[in-house]
Amino acid sequence: MKAIYSLFLVFALVLVALLGAGAGGMHYLFGVIIPYVAVVLFVAGFVMRVIRWGKSPVPFRIPTTCGQEFSLPWIKQNKIDNPSTTWGVILRMFFEIVLFRSLFRNTRVELHDGPKLAYASNKWLWLFALLFHYSFLTIFLRHMRLFTEPVPGFFQALESVDGMLQIGVPSLYLTDVVIVVAATYLFLRRVVIPQVRYVSLPADYFPLFLILGIVLSGIFMRYFVKTDIVSVKELTMGLVTFHPRIPEGVGTIFYIHVFLVSVLLIYFPFSKLMHMGGVFLSPTRNLANNNRMKIHVNPWNYPVKVHTYEAYEDEFREKMVEAGLPVEKPLEQQPENKE
Amino acid sequence: MATPKPQELFASINHRPPKKDWMDVPVEIKPGRYCYAANPKSLEIVGFPHAREWNPLDDDWKLPENWKEIIIQGIKERLERFRSFKIFMDICVRCGACADKCHFFIGSGDPKNMPVLRAELLRSIYRGEFTRAGKILGRFAGARDLTPEVIKEWWYYFFQCTECRRCSVFCPYGIDTAEITIIGRELLNLLGLNIDWIATPVANCYRTGNHLGIQPHAFKDMIDFFCDDIEEITGIRPEPSFNKKGADILFITPSGDVFADPGTYTCMGYLMLFHYLKEEYGLEVTWSTYASEGGNFGFFTSHEMMKRLNAKMYMEAKRLGVKWILGGECGHMWRVIHQYMATMQHDTMGDLDFLEEPVSPITGTRFENARATKMVHIVEFTADLIKHGKLKLDKSRNDNLIMTFHDSCNPSRGMGLLEEPRYIIKNTCNHFYEMPENTIREQTFCCGGGAGLNAGENEELRMMGGLPRANAVKYVHEKYGVNMLGCICAIDRAVLPNLMDYWVPGVQVTGIHELVGNALLLPGEQERETNLRGEPLPGKEDM
Repeated sequence: MKAIYSLFLVFALVLVALLGAGAGGMHYLFGVIIPYVAVVLFVAGFVMRVIRWGKSPVPFRIPTTCGQEFSLPWIKQNKIDNPSTTWGVILRMFFEIVLFRSLFRNTRVELHDGPKLAYASNKWLWLFALLFHYSFLTIFLRHMRLFTEPVPGFFQALESVDGMLQIGVPSLYLTDVVIVVAATYLFLRRVVIPQVRYVSLPADYFPLFLILGIVLSGIFMRYFVKTDIVSVKELTMGLVTFHPRIPEGVGTIFYIHVFLVSVLLIYFPFSKLMHMGGVFLSPTRNLANNNRMKIHVNPWNYPVKVHTYEAYEDEFREKMVEAGLPVEKPLEQQPENKE
Repeated sequence: MATPKPQELFASINHRPPKKDWMDVPVEIKPGRYCYAANPKSLEIVGFPHAREWNPLDDDWKLPENWKEIIIQGIKERLERFRSFKIFMDICVRCGACADKCHFFIGSGDPKNMPVLRAELLRSIYRGEFTRAGKILGRFAGARDLTPEVIKEWWYYFFQCTECRRCSVFCPYGIDTAEITIIGRELLNLLGLNIDWIATPVANCYRTGNHLGIQPHAFKDMIDFFCDDIEEITGIRPEPSFNKKGADILFITPSGDVFADPGTYTCMGYLMLFHYLKEEYGLEVTWSTYASEGGNFGFFTSHEMMKRLNAKMYMEAKRLGVKWILGGECGHMWRVIHQYMATMQHDTMGDLDFLEEPVSPITGTRFENARATKMVHIVEFTADLIKHGKLKLDKSRNDNLIMTFHDSCNPSRGMGLLEEPRYIIKNTCNHFYEMPENTIREQTFCCGGGAGLNAGENEELRMMGGLPRANAVKYVHEKYGVNMLGCICAIDRAVLPNLMDYWVPGVQVTGIHELVGNALLLPGEQERETNLRGEPLPGKEDM
């Protein structure tokens, strides 16, 4: 049900663009105003969210240690999974962010008669998540050719690598195929694996469908309903140079694509997609395990009521003396008002 | 309600969640899976709010009138104080990687024991009260209303989490359910909803210095009793000192080691080691009756209570004028010492200049990793002694033991203390086998009774939660004949024997310093006939 709602929501968004930019002919709204608004909201929303996180301090240094600590000189430390220096943390974060290190550990528990538990290797999520994110990144960077003139060599090279199979005209991008497959996997595992289905929210399906919608509309535009790429570039260059104009010959499919991208940008800062920013700030990953080497200061540390030794001795002095335990004050100096 | 038989319990585990959406499944408080409500007197001793008699099985939990306001305000304050909390509320993508990493989910199949869902119990309220999307879109955005039912659900499930952090190892963003549970329990505590197995030890610890409420003279008596036993076995009587000013080192260990088997044998191991070091090298170690608790159940109620109980360690070290502090084998104790203590006490203790940078006076080793907070773990200390050949050990006295080692949650995932205990085991025992790699080191499984859940009334829950650990022991028990499970945690020593009897009969539990005590050749000792447990030594069975 949650998946279907989310799917309909994406359909509705497509319909909005179809009616608005297609039938209604509101090209300026869909080609200029909404994209500008979306980019502004994305940037502002993203920054504000990160600032909001940053405002809360990290009172305690709480890394999750995943290997041997820095200890005695003859014990080999795991410098990446249990870093004690900033460089170690940088490496740990690098592996986490670039290679999804933690997800790579994933296993699946199995119950067998015996009773016996087994932990099967389960790297599919890691693999498809990696494929999904990297194809997304590549596609994003590839699009930079529409926002630059002359197009830097890097983007051109990326494009030719991505299209190196040279299947069809225009040649098929590998990432187009990969992202569709990967996003489909991510969707299917959400509905097929009972536990994941149980915890999934509409907010988990919606961005997946939205991204699939963006990808499919892009593919459609490139391979099937051909759009005049020269006009599109004129439009996109107009946007980045702040001289927006709507050239002739840009098809409705383009406006649908751009509208869905705009929705994604607006949705991003308010959603779980902020994991992109959050992962950098996660205190269990981005802190060194140098806890006993360097005192971490808690900015809101406040004094608390403690039970002092004096109060303790006052209560037990007699028993302590009797047991031969040393005391600070001898028995006779005991205060009169003791309960 | 009697705990079901192992086979029955195992057969009843079903990892398939129900059809109905979790928000529509009301919480059902099941006997055997919850701990009794806190005794109001214990809450009053430490000044916790809304102390009262209440019963989790009753419909009416007698919540304070403004309970909702308290919770909302409580969440708000904690969002402002803890970046971890704020981020963990916002960025989970519900990928489900954590789902089957939790021992309580594996053993119970209760979907709300999946770490992701345990966190969603709180996140759904956060969304409804603190995010615009949640306020407008409600359930579509994953939000729900805050009702007394939600509070009951929190209480039930936040006391079915042992804060072991295993899920956090697998989370691609490092989301740590322990953080969520810690905050969740703090919120519940604001409404006077605690469990007695935590609240009473906290009250005891505050007043008498230890969880068990052992008063100073009794504490000394108990240690003396161990010295009697040691004398009987070895002919040598250790003479430990208490509250001694000017000693070299203050030693603090969980009071469980003083109180219950098999922790008591570990405690005897400490006593023998310290006696040895005093005789051979003149090292003076003192015990404190005031700071006679290494553990910190305050950690399971609130950050503030943790600080209040922990304060005794540095205060006592300062009063006694020792050089540095040595800590015994304990799990959550070490999470607190390693990741919280110096930070918490910084306002009153500053940079701890009254202590020295820890150096082993025997080997000259500088404990670099503890140079600022000046507290060393005893397995670090002992491993160093062994490495430098400073202990005379007879491994063969442990030849009856076929060992495996259970990494305790907190030393492994909150410190990374992995090799030191193994090094000691290998130097005190001849037979040691590791459990499968998915169940040890940073992937270790909780004993099922951590974070204050080792009560009697929730035995079924503990047997469920302990299943993954027990099952890994069963594997090495069957494959290598393992008959002894080593650990460096007092809660483990209390929880695991019962767990082993249930799932893997024939395996006993030991602390690492019990092994040291057995292997250690005390100067002038008589020929030992038995080990510290009074069992005949290998080769002496027929005598």
